[in-house]
Amino acid sequence: MLILLMLGAAFTTSVAHARDTGLIFVSNEKSHDISVLDPDSLEVIKTIPTSRRPRDMNFNRERNKIYVACGDDDVIDVIDIATLRVEKHIATGPSPEAFELGPDGKQLWVSNESNATVGFIDLATGEMAYELATGPEPEGVTLSPDGKTLYVTSEIADMVHVVDVASRTIIANVLIGTRPRRTVVSPDGSELWATAELSGEVYIIRREDNQIDEAISFLPPGMRIADVTPVGIATSPDGRTMAVTLGNANHVAMVDIASRKIEDYILVGSRPWEAAYSRDGKRLFVANGMSDDLTVIDAQSGRVIRSVAVGQIPYGILIDD
Amino acid sequence: MSKQLHRRRLHEQIQRNLLHLLTALVLLVAPGAFADSAERITIGYLDLAEDPRYAERSAYARIQLRSQSRPLPGAKVAVDEANQVGQFLGLSFELEHFRGRDLDDVLAKLSSWADDGEVRFVLLDLPAELTAELAAKSRNKESLLFNISAPQNSLRGSDCQPQLMHTHPSYAMLTDALVQYLVSRNWRELYALQGELAADAEWTSALRHSAKRFGAELVAVRPFRLGNDPRQRERNNIALLTAGESYDVVIVADTEGEFGRYVPYQTKAPRPVAGTTGLVPQAWSWVWERHGAPQLNERFFALAKREMHSADWAAWVAVKAIAQAAVRTRSTEFAKLAAFLHSEELNLDGGKGPALSFRAWDNQLRQPILLATHDAVIARAPVDGFLHPRNTLDSLGADAGESDCDMKR
Repeated sequence: MLILLMLGAAFTTSVAHARDTGLIFVSNEKSHDISVLDPDSLEVIKTIPTSRRPRDMNFNRERNKIYVACGDDDVIDVIDIATLRVEKHIATGPSPEAFELGPDGKQLWVSNESNATVGFIDLATGEMAYELATGPEPEGVTLSPDGKTLYVTSEIADMVHVVDVASRTIIANVLIGTRPRRTVVSPDGSELWATAELSGEVYIIRREDNQIDEAISFLPPGMRIADVTPVGIATSPDGRTMAVTLGNANHVAMVDIASRKIEDYILVGSRPWEAAYSRDGKRLFVANGMSDDLTVIDAQSGRVIRSVAVGQIPYGILIDD
Repeated sequence: MSKQLHRRRLHEQIQRNLLHLLTALVLLVAPGAFADSAERITIGYLDLAEDPRYAERSAYARIQLRSQSRPLPGAKVAVDEANQVGQFLGLSFELEHFRGRDLDDVLAKLSSWADDGEVRFVLLDLPAELTAELAAKSRNKESLLFNISAPQNSLRGSDCQPQLMHTHPSYAMLTDALVQYLVSRNWRELYALQGELAADAEWTSALRHSAKRFGAELVAVRPFRLGNDPRQRERNNIALLTAGESYDVVIVADTEGEFGRYVPYQTKAPRPVAGTTGLVPQAWSWVWERHGAPQLNERFFALAKREMHSADWAAWVAVKAIAQAAVRTRSTEFAKLAAFLHSEELNLDGGKGPALSFRAWDNQLRQPILLATHDAVIARAPVDGFLHPRNTLDSLGADAGESDCDMKR
């Protein structure tokens, strides 16, 4: 009891202001947990056990909770940042992979990999309000900043489905490269950037007419095109750079958004998956799925600062800053 | 859901009004899933009623030694997937399965499909000799055949045909994958035990070629025979069979499997066992956990109520290739689709990592090979460090300059 009280006290002091703790959260899909890193020491200070196969993570609107999709238990776990514990589970469809919370934080959209749908969950009731059929193995889910359009990729259909949120209908299907993964809306809101893992490209889709504007191919020095498997994509806070993880090529590509030119390739760990910038834009974090570590990069110089061991098969990164 | 509702309504309508019967029936047989789809591709599937490869083996105590299940569910899973993609493009796919009695029977079916122009893409689950004969006799037909289960090298070599594609890996690819791995471990001295079947001999011959290719040494090949006869003990006793030489690994070439399963733990020296038992090179494994494999294995299990094996994968990936051709060319025209399938534009996601396409010189699908035990994938070939001037996947199996295939002959 005393120990519990002491632990409680320790947490209340460390999380007196739950927001902006700077903590770095890494979901580990094979060890079923989340590694929590201190932003200064870059050491793992806690490991939070979750439901099985945690992957995509998002903050709630107040940024005091973390939602994490746990594919093998068909739930989204809700973690309280103050206690760093799972406090509840939201039932989803089978095998949730990626999701996005609505702008008011009252609903979420989740891709259910096994039954090829994107589902809309009302968080007040926890009920699935409706589902839309997608191509097989839906993956990345991105809501436009105005909350009006939802983009869902299908790994097997090689498509980005464009969903009109108000009418709950798919209004366009953009056929891109092989095995589409993640999407992100460009900082000016005019484009959707989408990674295509098996064709080694990033597609830039114009949001106004849902047409492909350009495809960027990557090839780090000494690599072969077959090794280039882009998955994660992150926008720098200054809106100038897109960081793209290149999977089996073990590099991250830095793309200048305005010119669409590749400015740098940075060597990271084995099979980098997702990437995330710190809010000040100074650091870029990359989760390396096949070397069970996190690469910390100085974003200005492109130099690797450190590699930190995390759990097994790290997948996503979320930073509370 | 809407489909069921639709049908129920139609059913009530029939009961209410006989005059509407004809219309209702027409609606019922119309393509169900995509009422508004304009284009449809029907994929044929040919197999044999009495295929010796699926005959129940007379193994003692009726123990099933290997997968004796036909790969048809692999094709079905892929057709379901293709339809989920096609629904957004006005494209639908259908599988037409014909199980024949003999060569003439399947040849007649293939010819009628081609002559009607209805079914031009056809999966073949046939023994090697039949596959070769069928392909030779249908060479002038406008169809594209996919060999999904015969690994014999000759089908990709001297018996190759321009319209015969292979999604199942060849013996050469399988043994190359195994030897790459063994060499990467520096287990270079191989000791082979070979069964009495022609397929066993072909396996060993592929192994010999792979050993030479990657710098391993085949120390000896010993024929084995099943039995307990003490006068035959040099051939049926595993300890005696594996004595007298120094080696790193015992390789078993026993495509039937009755002998091979007793080899591990009975060898004279404590050495690992690989080949057709132990560490086995294969196109697919039910425990493969990367590159979307768990999702595919789940979908397969849900449909087939069993685990997914190599030929199932080969059937699945053949249908997937045809579907990608239709989606990417936005066409159902045979010539366009066939040209796409033969080209390097094909960029197929086979759930094994790199994108796949067919080799121009022998129509073999280039692909990684999994090296798996009964419950784990130990490695995936091409193994790191084995390189190739163009595509690392071409370090497995007959390369451009090595192939015996002459498409124009």
